[in-house]
Amino acid sequence: MSDFTNTATKRGFALPKIKGNAIVMGLYLLFLLLPIYWLLNMSLKNNSEILNSFTLWPQDLTFDNYITILTDPSWYMGYVNSMIYVVMNMVISLVVALPAAYAFSRYTFLGDKHLFFWLLTNRMAPPAVFALPFFQLYSSVGLFDTHIAVALAHALFNVPLAVWILEGFMRGVPKEIDETAYIDGYSFPRFFLRIFTPLVASGIGVTAFFLFMFSWVELLLSRTLTSVNAKPIAATMTRTVGAAGIDWGVLAAAGVLTIIPGALVIYFVRNYIAKGFALGRV
Amino acid sequence: MNKTVNQKAWFLILPVLLLVAFSAVIPLMTVVNYSVQDTFGQNKFFWAGLNWFKEMMASERMWDALGRQIAFSTIILAIEIPLGIFVALNMPKKGFWASTCLILMSLPLLIPWNVVGTIWQIFGRVDIGLLGYTLAAMGIDYNYTQDFYAAWATVIVMDVWHWTSLVALLAYAGLQSIPDAYYQAAKIDQASRWKVFRFIELPKIMGVLMIAILLRFMDSFMIYTEPFVVTGGGPGNSTTFLSIDLVKMALGQFDLGPAAAFSIMYYLVILLISYVFYTVMTNLDKRDGH
Amino acid sequence: MAKITLENLAHSYLPNPKHEDDYALKELNHDWVDGEAYALLGSSGCGKSTLLNIISGLLHPSQGRILFNDKDVTNAPTTQRNIAQVFQFPVVYDTMTVRDNLAFPLRNRGADPTYIKDRVQQIAAMIGMEDSLNHKARGLTADAKQKISLGRGMVREDVNALLFDEPLTVIDPHMKWELRTQLKSLHHEFGHTMIYVTHDQTEALTFADKVVVMYDGRVVQMGTPQELFETPEHTFVGYFIGSPGMNVLAAEVQGDTAVIGGTQIALGKGFGRPTGNVELGVRPEFTSLSAGDAGLPVTIKRVEDVGRHKIVRADFQGTEINILAGEGENISPDMNRVVFDNAGINVYSNSWRVAPEVA
Repeated sequence: MSDFTNTATKRGFALPKIKGNAIVMGLYLLFLLLPIYWLLNMSLKNNSEILNSFTLWPQDLTFDNYITILTDPSWYMGYVNSMIYVVMNMVISLVVALPAAYAFSRYTFLGDKHLFFWLLTNRMAPPAVFALPFFQLYSSVGLFDTHIAVALAHALFNVPLAVWILEGFMRGVPKEIDETAYIDGYSFPRFFLRIFTPLVASGIGVTAFFLFMFSWVELLLSRTLTSVNAKPIAATMTRTVGAAGIDWGVLAAAGVLTIIPGALVIYFVRNYIAKGFALGRV
Repeated sequence: MNKTVNQKAWFLILPVLLLVAFSAVIPLMTVVNYSVQDTFGQNKFFWAGLNWFKEMMASERMWDALGRQIAFSTIILAIEIPLGIFVALNMPKKGFWASTCLILMSLPLLIPWNVVGTIWQIFGRVDIGLLGYTLAAMGIDYNYTQDFYAAWATVIVMDVWHWTSLVALLAYAGLQSIPDAYYQAAKIDQASRWKVFRFIELPKIMGVLMIAILLRFMDSFMIYTEPFVVTGGGPGNSTTFLSIDLVKMALGQFDLGPAAAFSIMYYLVILLISYVFYTVMTNLDKRDGH
Repeated sequence: MAKITLENLAHSYLPNPKHEDDYALKELNHDWVDGEAYALLGSSGCGKSTLLNIISGLLHPSQGRILFNDKDVTNAPTTQRNIAQVFQFPVVYDTMTVRDNLAFPLRNRGADPTYIKDRVQQIAAMIGMEDSLNHKARGLTADAKQKISLGRGMVREDVNALLFDEPLTVIDPHMKWELRTQLKSLHHEFGHTMIYVTHDQTEALTFADKVVVMYDGRVVQMGTPQELFETPEHTFVGYFIGSPGMNVLAAEVQGDTAVIGGTQIALGKGFGRPTGNVELGVRPEFTSLSAGDAGLPVTIKRVEDVGRHKIVRADFQGTEINILAGEGENISPDMNRVVFDNAGINVYSNSWRVAPEVA
């Protein structure tokens, strides 16, 4: 009869493929994951093994480094502080950005384009330029070494980012929905909270992801504005030169622990990331 | 959509305006202030006019840093953009592997920048790092703390490692939006794989690609933490890029005047590029019918 | 130009189809004659796009074979089947000029440049776009782009068949007519085998020599527009074609009489004793109102005046019957019966037509 051998493999539309795309992806992911693996590898060794022998995986598997971090306040408070100001920043940025993005998406008003451009320039502001001025500003209002200072400082570039991303999503919600709500008797705050916000939920998710990302990873400002009380983990890590030299095992463990929140956040928003990137507003 | 004219929208914008003004305008005024003043110490300032600017324009140190910065940004763009597109073309489009690849690829983007630096600092060491050890075992003399080329190579590879996924994800999102019919038509027209890329895929992702290029250029122009952790700007000042130099000046040496003038120039360059970015973005939006 | 043969063809989108309902396209054997213009007509989701994509090679069937001029192409990729397909929305290469768009398929095959130039000129004249040859394809209107798509499909002289997947969907209504006419004249001039998928009966009936009606993944009838109108093989065909569609009434049929809701009707032809779900189908064109005693008793609900004729919406024991009345015909309240013209009566058993016995 006829040849059905291809039947099982060729279902659906056949898209053009680059031969060996699995190889390319495999190599690329290997490239990305190898240094991370190495960090993990080192975090599970003790210092003598690290310095005296070179092994591809821990011969003497030990969790001591992690235990050190989780029991030593000078280490784990770093994580706590970072989480505190990141979350603060996310909340502040979202709260102010939501109404602003709404305004940009629905109304034209005097100076709107210039305002939008000005916001954009802040996203592009070099932290190095603001390091010293921020230091002086927050010291002068007595907010030096507080979480709120870092949260507000990060707002400089995070708020424009939030407005920008949210505006893109809000544009997709037709104005007719607003008008119908007003006809139905909703007041503006009630409409905004109960009708509008759920419609842009995925947009808020994407925004929250990027807000988290840019605040969590930043070092310069968060280190400049803190010393003891609000010291982020990044600062703790960059100051771990002890008398005996750098404690590589603990440093590696600290590094691994900073990757985990990021991984979790990606996992939770994985379905929405594509949409956020599609808008090209990162 | 048709936007209505409504000046009351300013009330909705007000919180953002206040917050960002506080965060941006006030510090900038400080910087402008410092850039036109000089001090005898003890917090006494006097007007210095454009002296700092003149000095900076003549400063070899500034031009060197700028040169290094431009070289760095150009090199990483030349690597990251094609590589990112290439990876995006090879990514699975749906199913379990698609999400897995997305998650794994995004990982470097979410690592705190100092940890990125630490990872490569360790990775490149000959005694304890996989890369350093392997290179040494192959007989290559690799020392990023002392050798100019090794330092540059390390910093570049680190940035490629760190940010290529961003380009890839943006390009991937762009590719996903191309309707199947275009690929089908290309098959019917018997187009080769390269032609499909050149005439269908590349034009359609051009918008997202422009954004990727601009973002990467600007972010690389401001780079500070990662190279600082790995090389500290060294050996010597061979990897001292603009931001590293500025921070050294401002927070290290407390040379307020020069630092401030430097900052203003730096900021103006960024503003100029932002303007280009903004124009490109709004034109793309117009083309897509917004 | 080619004859296309479908042998035991069926397709399911599920990996392990068990039940007939799992199949988007149920088994069919069909010959598409070389050089004819066919319309593939049916409502959304009936499988017509699936069938088209199987023919063009964009979809591999779960079962069966396809033959072009008796050569098995089931496993041949689209590039080797030498067909042209025009999609629902215009697919043009935006960065190229109109000329380059049309030349693209020929260039990909490495044809001679002078030949390409002549051929492109020829095709451009055919679709009426000679003036725009050097324009960039990006800024053109939707109908111009569809013409380019069409031209690109026809630029290869040895194309086996032209397939159209609802190509006029995005075209403005006043341009639809013009494009349809152009397609028809192209067919007359060049005689390609054309298969045109649509859900619009007007498009199908005016474009095609033969119409293939599909319903629920199955081809229910293939025939000329005339045949589809007068002898619909399936109640769906009767309902879908014509405006308003055929009236379908439950009935008991014995020999040459039918009993519908208690009333007896003479059929004029013998139909034996059909079993199963028996229905009578009569088009409104074959009905008339009367004031006499013969025919079904009906209650008139509405009379719609559509200019050329009137449509009388009547009710018979809960079922709606549409009756056509002439423009000047007077409709009085005592006209409470509908009479059927025997020539237009069709009997259906389980939705399939029962052929009358030859006397």
